[in-house]
Amino acid sequence: MNETTINDTVRYPRTVFIRRHSIIIRFTHWLNVLCLSFLLMSGLQIFNAHPELYWGHYGADGDPAVLTIGSESQGDGSHGFARVAGLQVPTTGVLGVSNVDGEPTSRAFPAWATIPSFQDLAAGRRWHFFFAWLFLINGILYLGFSLISGHFRRDLTPTTEELSPRHLGREIIDHALLRFPKGEEAKRYNALQKLTYLSVIVVLLPLMILTGLTMSPGVDAAFPWLVDVFGGRQSARTIHFITASFLVLFVIVHVAMVVLSGTWNNIRSMITGRYAIQEQGPKS
Amino acid sequence: MSHFLTRRRFLIGGTLGASALTLSGCDMLDQNADVATVLRSAERLTMKAQRLLQGRDALAREFGETDISPSFRVNGTSAPDSDEYAELADGQFASWRLKIDGLVNRPMAFSLADLKLMTARTQITRHDCVEGWSAIGKWTGVPLWVVLGSVGLKPTARYVVFHCADELEKTLDGSGRYYESIDLVDAHHPQTILAYQMNGQDLSIGHGAPLRLRVERQLGYKHAKYIMRIEIVDSFSSMGAGNGGYWEDRGYEWYAGI
Repeated sequence: MNETTINDTVRYPRTVFIRRHSIIIRFTHWLNVLCLSFLLMSGLQIFNAHPELYWGHYGADGDPAVLTIGSESQGDGSHGFARVAGLQVPTTGVLGVSNVDGEPTSRAFPAWATIPSFQDLAAGRRWHFFFAWLFLINGILYLGFSLISGHFRRDLTPTTEELSPRHLGREIIDHALLRFPKGEEAKRYNALQKLTYLSVIVVLLPLMILTGLTMSPGVDAAFPWLVDVFGGRQSARTIHFITASFLVLFVIVHVAMVVLSGTWNNIRSMITGRYAIQEQGPKS
Repeated sequence: MSHFLTRRRFLIGGTLGASALTLSGCDMLDQNADVATVLRSAERLTMKAQRLLQGRDALAREFGETDISPSFRVNGTSAPDSDEYAELADGQFASWRLKIDGLVNRPMAFSLADLKLMTARTQITRHDCVEGWSAIGKWTGVPLWVVLGSVGLKPTARYVVFHCADELEKTLDGSGRYYESIDLVDAHHPQTILAYQMNGQDLSIGHGAPLRLRVERQLGYKHAKYIMRIEIVDSFSSMGAGNGGYWEDRGYEWYAGI
């Protein structure tokens, strides 16, 4: 690049707009937001029908549980609790016991977190499986586009330099101090972003689909190896729950980063594709 | 500053408002008939995809003796409370008869002893409840296709309906009586059996004595207990609420492979 021509009419720093996200990425992103919201909340409805998780092929009342969300009545009413590997935590108000129309009610996840808000397993399953299909189709569209267009290679694959401990260490410190890339550097994903997005796209989301399918007796007959991969239907159900929890964690951090690094600019770039960059001007 | 406060207020108010809208909105959508129809379209897709992937004869996994659950939860009805059933149970089901009629060439009635003389199949399989839990048990019974073969199906036969002795919901019109239906693909599957034994013992009343269905590639509610009569039909739309089963009439999928 040759920067010899100085245009006097341009004042620095100036704002330029770049095209950040292609139409397919924007479309699949928001459809994914819709699908995952419905899947999470209808999933919690389904979980509420039997709020215990096990490991292995079988597991039901009386079998050793990995996680239990329940309620027990004591003198002054019922108390909610969550029990993980023998450790019991009181959770009244949110888990185990929460208010439904002002009345403390025994239910694992509260009404505001489930679809529908009232207890209805059949309805929860209908929402869940409809959006599971939509999520799968959306995922195939995204993966196909990303492979063909070079989105994976160009935007998401970290370079060798980016993976060096020195570089990663610097990025972690920058993130911790809320120092975000500016100018030219802000045009690309940083290494932590690339690694996080890749682990969601390549690990967490496929794991959700596969563990979900493993809970289906029909799919297990078609692909018996799936059950072996996860060590049993009940293990798959537990991994489904844990993976969903990681996705929730990802969304919390993701939204926090969007807000901290420029809410409107980020959201606009995911809606219209346009992303504002501050140019500091040619270095003198 | 005031601009910032306004914006913040707007954001907080907007978020709270939006989530309240979403919440009540979802319940409203949930009750909407058109939405329900769209959501239900997934069931057909699921059934078509699973049938395509598994083919007609893909077997559910069979386990070893050591894999059997130490306790097998009794679900649904634990004991039908009609006088008729109590009488049958008192007589060790000696006077019980399995009636098979509908679109068959020779309507017949089988005693428990008749069924035990027929070809038997034993399978140790995982029972998956729609609620999410699983239990492994050993089931012995006569393959359904053997029984259907002896009565002979008419060419118009499409579904096998199981009429049961238990009333899961007490109603005056009998609409709370348990029934289930499967199609001929599942009816001819080698692991679809009419089980009279569980874990080497005659079926207990809790688990569906004297006879229950095992249809291993589907969820627990398809596995009808306390079978009294099998009816072969070309459509189940005139039975119950027309959805092919007790739980189906209460919103659950007819195809319960997922």
